[in-house]
Amino acid sequence: MITVLILVINEVRAGVRNRWVVATTLLMAALALTLAFLGSAPTGNVGVGGLAVTVVSLSSLTIFLLPLIALLLSYDAVVGEIERGTLILLLTYPVGRAQVVLGKFLGHTAILSFATTLGYGAAGVALVACGGAADASSWHAFLAMIGSSVLLGAAFTALGYLISVTSRDRGTAAGLAIGAWLLLVLLYDMGLLGALVADQGRLLSVPMVNTLLLFNPTDVYRLFNLSGFDNVSQFAGMAGLTGQLQVSPGALLAVLVAWVAVPLLAAMLIFQRRQF
Amino acid sequence: MANATVTMKGVSKRYGGLAAVCGVDLSLAQGECIALVGHNGAGKSTLIKLMLGLIRPTTGEVQVLGVDPAAIGAVRGRANIGFLPENLAFPDAMTAVELLSFYARLKREPIAVVLPLLARVGLAEAARRRVCTYSKGMRQRLGLAQALLGAPQVLLLDEPTTGLDPELRCQFYDIIRALRDGGTTVLLSSHALTELEERADRVVVMNRGCMVAHGTMAELRCLVDLPVRILLRVPDNSLSLFPEALAGVGTWRQVNAHVIEITCRHHDKMLVLRRIIELPLVVDDLEIMLPTLDELYANFMRQEQP
Repeated sequence: MITVLILVINEVRAGVRNRWVVATTLLMAALALTLAFLGSAPTGNVGVGGLAVTVVSLSSLTIFLLPLIALLLSYDAVVGEIERGTLILLLTYPVGRAQVVLGKFLGHTAILSFATTLGYGAAGVALVACGGAADASSWHAFLAMIGSSVLLGAAFTALGYLISVTSRDRGTAAGLAIGAWLLLVLLYDMGLLGALVADQGRLLSVPMVNTLLLFNPTDVYRLFNLSGFDNVSQFAGMAGLTGQLQVSPGALLAVLVAWVAVPLLAAMLIFQRRQF
Repeated sequence: MANATVTMKGVSKRYGGLAAVCGVDLSLAQGECIALVGHNGAGKSTLIKLMLGLIRPTTGEVQVLGVDPAAIGAVRGRANIGFLPENLAFPDAMTAVELLSFYARLKREPIAVVLPLLARVGLAEAARRRVCTYSKGMRQRLGLAQALLGAPQVLLLDEPTTGLDPELRCQFYDIIRALRDGGTTVLLSSHALTELEERADRVVVMNRGCMVAHGTMAELRCLVDLPVRILLRVPDNSLSLFPEALAGVGTWRQVNAHVIEITCRHHDKMLVLRRIIELPLVVDDLEIMLPTLDELYANFMRQEQP
């Protein structure tokens, strides 16, 4: 356990050193603040919007941006270090291979969590300080969004690690990472939508679609944030869907956690068998 | 061998159809310095990786300090193994102190050892500079420093002296000798054969994944039986004495008016010397040239050619 901690600290320190932490935090804060102050446009006015509205716009942004940042941070983590030759030395130290993957993963997740929490948190605080509407349930939704964003980031970091340990070289890993992003963020939903339209409700039942949505972490995240809270789902235009959704927010969170754990465990197992 | 630290029994490693190492039997003892020589792709690095457990042998058995290095349970024991990779790379943004502290923590060594160790390899002044500003020689020294962390019982050094200037090489070999005398098994792989010659207790010659020879320099010389050359500086009028004196044991040729070169077989060397001493002449100077590791190596490679 101490070994994992040493690796985590080293990874975070490297992240601070090569400006990943600063860059990610600033990007998150800038986008979150922009959305907080301009994002109420969908409700018909430009100005400081309510916290609940910000949850809608921020979580939509998160679905596009956070997976991309997480994959960019992680696709290179193992294969890049193998190519540069820095990993081979580490593996001759009294460090288990699973510990190497876990330590680096936790380090990257810590960087991403820090950036998300600080960036979005700053936006939330600024919004309320400038007189945005916020009640207890909006705060609840906002905090839940930050928490689930951290989980979504961790899920894509884990996917990035899975890509990184399976790829032969960095180029392949980069391609796979972009592919994973395109598939999970854009194509999956488009495909599902297309299937629904083409099917006209003959074969695809509501439980089936619900289940299919669980096979994509971004959809789980979307469902959790946009339909999990009444005041948010009204703004999100998902109030109708909430009635049909048979998965509880707790179960959605559990599925997100599984999206972190399964790719990470797979990455650890594959790395354990890899030869150098 | 009772005090063997590294043993390999019938070890082969294949990558697809390519045999990187085939049928190697090797045992390294405590307090021994072994030179691993061979051209590029002869299997030197593969052999070292097998000892480190980075790869598993296709067939055969590897044991380092009593355990299979590729087993998951062997992780703890790696604290007693030092390794200097051939292509050394460090995360660039770190300083030498930070890097070495990180490696020391992983080996559960006190952080207090870091600065003295950096001083020992001559990096005291650059210790707080980022590694990306380092020259090749400085990186190599940092690499050596990390390999020495925690007083390893087995030290595996892959091409350790590339990029080191002559002065540093001497310092490097001083450190190696001190470690060896302290009971560490030191394995050096190198192209610089002449350099290894006086330093290694034993030489292992690899070619195309096979161990083609192994033993002390003297053993290898006997094995190959390359001719010994003796240079004599003699008075002008004495050349006529040699044909008779050397009959049956060696050949000779005149290099210039004063110098002749005698060539003889290794085990005839003492006989030739005795006959020269018995000659009624004053030898001004005498030089014996034993075959170097370079020549031995070239000979092994020739023998292996199909």
